Amino acid sequence: MSAPVDVKTLVIDGVNVSGSAGQTVLEVARENNISIPTLCHLDGLSEVGACRMCLVEVKNSPKLFPSCVLKVEEGMEVTTASDRLKHYRQTILELFFAERNHICSVCVANGHCELQSTAQSQGLTHVRLPYRNPKLDVDASHERFVLDHNRCILCTRCVRVCAEIEGAHVWDIMGRGIDSMLIADLHQPWGESSCTRCGKCVQVCPTGALSEKSKFGAEHPKHPEFLPYLNMMREGQ
Amino acid sequence: MTSEELLQIAEEANADREASDFEVNVCVALGCLSQHSDKLKDTLTAEAAAASPRTGKRCHVRGTGCMGLCAAGPLVRVGSAADAGAQTLYAGVREGDVKALIESLGGKPVERLTAHLDQYFRGQIPIVLENSGYIDPEKIDEYIGRDGYQALIKALTEMSPQTVIEQISKSGLRGRGGGGYPTGLKWSTVAKAVGAQKYVICNADEGDPGAFMDRSVLESDPQRVIEGMAIAGYAVGASKGYIYVRAEYPLAVTRMTSSLRDARRRGLLGNNICGTTFAFDIEIRLGAGAFVCGEETALIASIEGLRGQPRPRPPYPAVSGLWGSPTLINNVETFANVAPIIRKGAEWYASIGTEKSKGTKVFALTGKITNTGLVEIPMGMPLREIIFGIGGGVPNGRKFKAVQTGGPSGGCIPEEHLDLPISYEALIDVGSMMGSGGMIVMDDTSCMVNVARFFMEFCMTESCGKCIPCRAGTAQMYQLLTKICDGKASHADLDLLIDLCDVVKNTSLCGLGMTAPNPVLSTLRYFKHEYMEHIDHQHCRAGVCACGSKPLSELSQAEVPA
Repeated sequence: MSAPVDVKTLVIDGVNVSGSAGQTVLEVARENNISIPTLCHLDGLSEVGACRMCLVEVKNSPKLFPSCVLKVEEGMEVTTASDRLKHYRQTILELFFAERNHICSVCVANGHCELQSTAQSQGLTHVRLPYRNPKLDVDASHERFVLDHNRCILCTRCVRVCAEIEGAHVWDIMGRGIDSMLIADLHQPWGESSCTRCGKCVQVCPTGALSEKSKFGAEHPKHPEFLPYLNMMREGQ
Repeated sequence: MTSEELLQIAEEANADREASDFEVNVCVALGCLSQHSDKLKDTLTAEAAAASPRTGKRCHVRGTGCMGLCAAGPLVRVGSAADAGAQTLYAGVREGDVKALIESLGGKPVERLTAHLDQYFRGQIPIVLENSGYIDPEKIDEYIGRDGYQALIKALTEMSPQTVIEQISKSGLRGRGGGGYPTGLKWSTVAKAVGAQKYVICNADEGDPGAFMDRSVLESDPQRVIEGMAIAGYAVGASKGYIYVRAEYPLAVTRMTSSLRDARRRGLLGNNICGTTFAFDIEIRLGAGAFVCGEETALIASIEGLRGQPRPRPPYPAVSGLWGSPTLINNVETFANVAPIIRKGAEWYASIGTEKSKGTKVFALTGKITNTGLVEIPMGMPLREIIFGIGGGVPNGRKFKAVQTGGPSGGCIPEEHLDLPISYEALIDVGSMMGSGGMIVMDDTSCMVNVARFFMEFCMTESCGKCIPCRAGTAQMYQLLTKICDGKASHADLDLLIDLCDVVKNTSLCGLGMTAPNPVLSTLRYFKHEYMEHIDHQHCRAGVCACGSKPLSELSQAEVPA
């Protein structure tokens, strides 16, 4: 006899839903077609809770919780959309846009960018904060791919996919705070690094920070959906 | 080691001590050491040896830990070896004073060097610092001579882990790192957590600007921390401990390393401690200069050899901490409180302090204050008494403006709240927090906008960069504060700053980001007029900011701020 499944019932945005113990609020919400915006989360990768877009309110708690790591509990009452959350999400998006140089019209990912589409879905019309306009490099040393730091939002999806799925751990973060920077190996040019040229990082990158050479805009849709399938096949073995 | 053996060591240590007629205690903790108290100690030793055959009196010169009043260093306490309480404290002793000092032994004290500090020591209750300045921190036997390790033996031989936790709970001890989480509750959570291996970690990554309490405890009484950790290990069922200390504290690291070795030699760490089955050992891990590693999940990542970045909680370290095992993390001062509680009982400890904040708290008094140094006061003492009584008030006839507590997570408290009795709740109510114990006094030469900017710059450069609100939000707030300081900001900029404070406070991943806006919010709460003067009149009343070149007297009548 198989082990009994521990089912939790909870309320998300007034809808009665159920999930099994260990599932996150984000998973259960998406199963029930309740959309919660995310940027650092990606199905198939570990969670870091860094982008703060998926923050939700839980009844009787003054704190906000990132739904990507919040486990479902019996009787929990979750609100995924409120004026307060909308304001926080918009401000966080503003912080992203003002942090580096996100100029959609000249970006390789224009039209296929998760930062762009999230800004649209969250109704962000303008940025109140001053743009920081940092001078950042573009690393085109790799024969197939390009790294453009100007578009990077430091979501670390590439770091995680390279370490957890590909097993190469080429990518990492250097420095701290506002000076944090994505680096290959120990800060080598990407083309001279231990990169296996698998291209997984390019597929999971939500913006135009990692792209294939000589592809642009409409030619450059990304396909991160291979990950859950890959994990499923691996687990099946 | 049994309690009889311990008593024997204690007796021998005290007999050694009393074999001398006089003792000369020289502070060799970092504050006095920076004024060459080590050389002073050598000179004193040579002079005492030279004088001994002539006077026929034996004199023991000892290097001790911190005596509290760092501003008046080097500090030397001399007198009869048999009665430490009746010794004379000398301040600002130089090598030229050595002869007179040794000559005076047994006679009248040297008046010109005597520190008249009744006011400084009155009202203080030393518990954490009870051995500081009285023992040689590198001699375990001297610690044992002052009731050291009695608590560990009592816990191991007379108490169950459950009773130890009950005593800690009953004492009302709360985390001294700043958060004020009930220590007993934390211990019982770790004790109940399921895991074959558990860990105890001592957080000695003290990083608040102006705070040096933990450093002083580690330098002055390292065995006390080791004993506290071992008792905690016994109570929660851990066999392994780590002390995570910042590499900027080399003296603390050296003394802790030799103290761990001494404790192992005496059989107070290792296997079968005190003949029981309890095994516990401690290793030191050095921090590499990141403030955020004082956050418990970042500290754990750093010990694991990873990038020192926090992760979302839950799960809390008590359930899943170091390498996924249940882990107890407490601050240095918290561990230093454990042995006296076990030795003297929870009721005794709970009798000190206020209803919800028990015991004492060590504060590092710095800034514009006459008596810079370490003080240990009972909870509930009004701020005014600490600053104007013990601290001796603001020097140079300047006017007191605010006191900053809680470091970059805390806030500035103005004069109107100075009668506030110190407790965790009361400080939060006025928009600050207890923090680890830094207390920076500011007079009217400090610009509060500039102070807020200083702390924001600190948070910006110390942000780990993992979550966006803290990474980019602190940088944006710093830019806005700079704009205000420069007299170039508008009311819209101030509104934006207030809005960002709200966003960063509520959406950041860890405590660093959640509390980063506090210095801005508290200065806005009490000193909003200073912000408005910068914005509306390009005027900085303290004359600190770039815009403040125009003195108030030269402003036209219409421009004069209310």
